[in-house]
Amino acid sequence: MSPFKIGAAALLALGLGAGVAQASEGAHMEKLDWSFNGAFGTFDRAALQRGYQVYKEVCASCHSMKYLSYRNLQDIGFSEAEVKALAAQYEVPALDEVGDPTTAKAKPSDRFHSPFPNELAARAANGGALPPDLSLMGKARVGGPDYIHALLTGYHEAPAGFVLPEGKEYNAVFPGNAIGMPKPLSDDQVTYADGTKASLEQMSRDVSTFLMWAAEPKLEDRKRAGVKVMGFLGLLTIFTFLTYRKVRRKVQGH
Amino acid sequence: MATSSSAGHDAHGSGQATRRDFLYVATVGLGAVAVGATVWPLIDQMNPAADVLALSSTEVDLSKIAEGQGITVQWRGKPVFVRHRTEKEIKEAEEVPLAELRDPETDDARVKAGKKQWLVMVGVCTHLGCIPLGQQGDYDGWFCPCHGSHYDSSGRIRRGPAPLNLPIPEYQFLSDTKIKIG
Amino acid sequence: MSSSTPFQTNSKVIKWIEARLPIISTIDGALVSYPAPRNLNYWWNFGSLAGFMLVAQIVTGIILVMHYTPHVTMAFASVEHIMRDVNYGWLMRYAHANGASMFFVVVYIHILRGLYYGSYKAPRELLWWLGIVIFLLMMATGFMGYVLPWGQMSFWGATVITNLFGALPLVGGDIVTWLWGGFSVDNATLNRFFSLHYLLPFVICAVVFLHLWALHTTKSSNPLGIEIKGDQDTVPFHPYYTAKDAFGLSVFLMFFAYWVFFNPNALGHPDNYIEANPMVTPAHIVPEWYFLPFYAILRAVPDKLGGVLAMGGAIVILFFMPYLDFSKVRSAKFRPIYKQAFWLFVLDGILLGYVGAMPAEGIWILVGRIASVYYFAHFLVIVPLISWFEKPLPVPESIAKAVLGDAAKA
Ligand code: HEM
Ligand code: FES
Repeated sequence: MSPFKIGAAALLALGLGAGVAQASEGAHMEKLDWSFNGAFGTFDRAALQRGYQVYKEVCASCHSMKYLSYRNLQDIGFSEAEVKALAAQYEVPALDEVGDPTTAKAKPSDRFHSPFPNELAARAANGGALPPDLSLMGKARVGGPDYIHALLTGYHEAPAGFVLPEGKEYNAVFPGNAIGMPKPLSDDQVTYADGTKASLEQMSRDVSTFLMWAAEPKLEDRKRAGVKVMGFLGLLTIFTFLTYRKVRRKVQGH
Repeated sequence: MATSSSAGHDAHGSGQATRRDFLYVATVGLGAVAVGATVWPLIDQMNPAADVLALSSTEVDLSKIAEGQGITVQWRGKPVFVRHRTEKEIKEAEEVPLAELRDPETDDARVKAGKKQWLVMVGVCTHLGCIPLGQQGDYDGWFCPCHGSHYDSSGRIRRGPAPLNLPIPEYQFLSDTKIKIG
Repeated sequence: MSSSTPFQTNSKVIKWIEARLPIISTIDGALVSYPAPRNLNYWWNFGSLAGFMLVAQIVTGIILVMHYTPHVTMAFASVEHIMRDVNYGWLMRYAHANGASMFFVVVYIHILRGLYYGSYKAPRELLWWLGIVIFLLMMATGFMGYVLPWGQMSFWGATVITNLFGALPLVGGDIVTWLWGGFSVDNATLNRFFSLHYLLPFVICAVVFLHLWALHTTKSSNPLGIEIKGDQDTVPFHPYYTAKDAFGLSVFLMFFAYWVFFNPNALGHPDNYIEANPMVTPAHIVPEWYFLPFYAILRAVPDKLGGVLAMGGAIVILFFMPYLDFSKVRSAKFRPIYKQAFWLFVLDGILLGYVGAMPAEGIWILVGRIASVYYFAHFLVIVPLISWFEKPLPVPESIAKAVLGDAAKA
């Protein structure tokens, strides 16, 4: 890479940062009633699988998810064989017998395939903007899944007087409202394997669910453990209180 | 102040004392359960993590290993010897009387039926963990340079300080030319 | 009853040990027969809770280190590895991250308890000072810990806070370079922070030991603020206060568990789930909530050095409390005016915390300045003045009299 390119990328990055810093107003973001909310919340497996399909067929052409491995998909209800087949659709770098670089079919233990080899390539292919990694997107923005859903459904005509920079689109919730990602989803963008109607709303919800799971795969374990821990601590509190009261009566006389 | 001393509680009658004892025992018991339940995650976190377990099976393509050749593959961070044995090596291994062996095991028990030419074993010396060298030693097998253990063409210990044969990992033939270890 | 019975035993083994190292009688003296005032209220639970949190942080911390990698290219990924792959890793990490917050909640209440009941007054000045030293060490530990996951907030928090030292005249720039081990926050910085983050909690343990030593020398103060006059004023620590502390711990654990299991990221910041990027600063740099009041004081002063000095001074001033407050009466219970000033001070602290979380713009600048001035005025003007003119209420003769009333047979 030429120093010029690196310098340009750095300047761009700084510029983007400044853009974000200016825009904190943010439009109204609807709070949805996700199945994974609340103390007893769980993920809807069907929604997760549909969400993965949306990610795979739409988002994955620009966004990596480098902290996920194909094997993780077993957690959302794919069988071992299905995961193997899914992984095998991708190629990963390998060496052949004589040590020359080649590629091999990905294994379930491999990380999700990234669309670009590095940041500069990603920027070059996206008009200078860097599509962020989505592994942690469910936790890396205020509002989490509500934000993702609002963003995907938030593409509108720019209001009168709003100056849209070259190559950007208007988005109601994106900080600064000028987003470098072209509207990714519209009705029937994908054909769902389970026959669900792929409306914009449906796909946005499904992929938000999927990204929340990807960011917090232990959410169900955590909440289940939490309910047990709370119940147990409640009991312990009753017993320690009764013991304390008993001791107090002996020692203090009241 | 004697009545409020902790030693004075028995003075209140045995009925009370029993309840206090039950309460006390139950509370301490619950506390012990709490500590116990907390300790398990603290221990379990040192067990192999999910990504480590995910790598715990390795597939090996046998088609490129000629007779008399062997390769070493990595499985769970350990070397596994995959050897394509010659007729002579197989014969030698089968002819050894069990009585001569320190860790008696037939050659048949160490290979898969009908696939006698393939010997698959964990390449870690059963003495103290070095990696034995192939096609060396006095028994047409392996020799461990660390403290001089000799293994035969079936990977069985014949001489030297090692107590046991080289272990056979769990593996299966996926096809005639492909095995899956682990 | 005699609450300060010296340690006795019939066991030959224990006697053998005792003759060589009096460890068992020392523990007995601290946790079993320690004569505690009989009237301690629930605000006195927070000392043992702080001790519990210190141990909890050390245990979860040591476990995190088993899986964490202190290197700029791997730190963020290793934390994700902990969260996704390590058995119960999510629990260890959430317990440690939220545990830091719980530790500060407990210690703030513990400090405020001291301010309300005048625990800093003679003969407990050293006890108080050691406590402030612990607080300072905790702040350093918490700050450096927050850098370790190497997210955006980690990186920019570290950049901003280390740059504070650049305000020092003449040597500032050199000191910052020295702290960084380079020309920006980078791998060298991460590694030294990791080393110190591991070390400081053990230094805290040592200071806690001194803190307790001083406590057992002067004995606990109490809500009435009058000294122990005899055995009738005290009860042995065990079983009364062990039972009470166990009850308090159970309640506290529910509070702690709520955050860990049901809201584990609420006290953190979403930006820290973005890997550190030295080229992009997040829109708002906000420190962890427990630093917010001090952060507000820093920003209230429109001068770099001045801000840093004010922030440092806000903590250092606590050291002078034993001399700024020269009222003869210890507990706010008998000091009607000081009591009000105390609560105003608490409100001011909360307000400062709120301002610290707001962008440094518009009205918040003014509010921050007024609240900061009030913070210092509380210590430098209000407290001394009150100790000067306030007429305290009559103080009871003894703890036993006040608590047991006529029933006191002593
Ligand atoms: C006074 C006690 C301690 C406090 C207040 C404290 C505080 C913190 C904080 C605030 C974080 C950042 C958490 C996050 O947002 O992810 C952290 C991370 C960390 N701490 Fe501590 N800590 C303490 C003791 C220790 C000890 C004794 C160790 C090691 C033996 C340790 C090891 C770590 C490690 C490895 C991390 C990075 C992993 C992570 O971010 O989750 N800590 N600590
Ligand atoms: S380790 Fe092989 S002989 Fe000792």
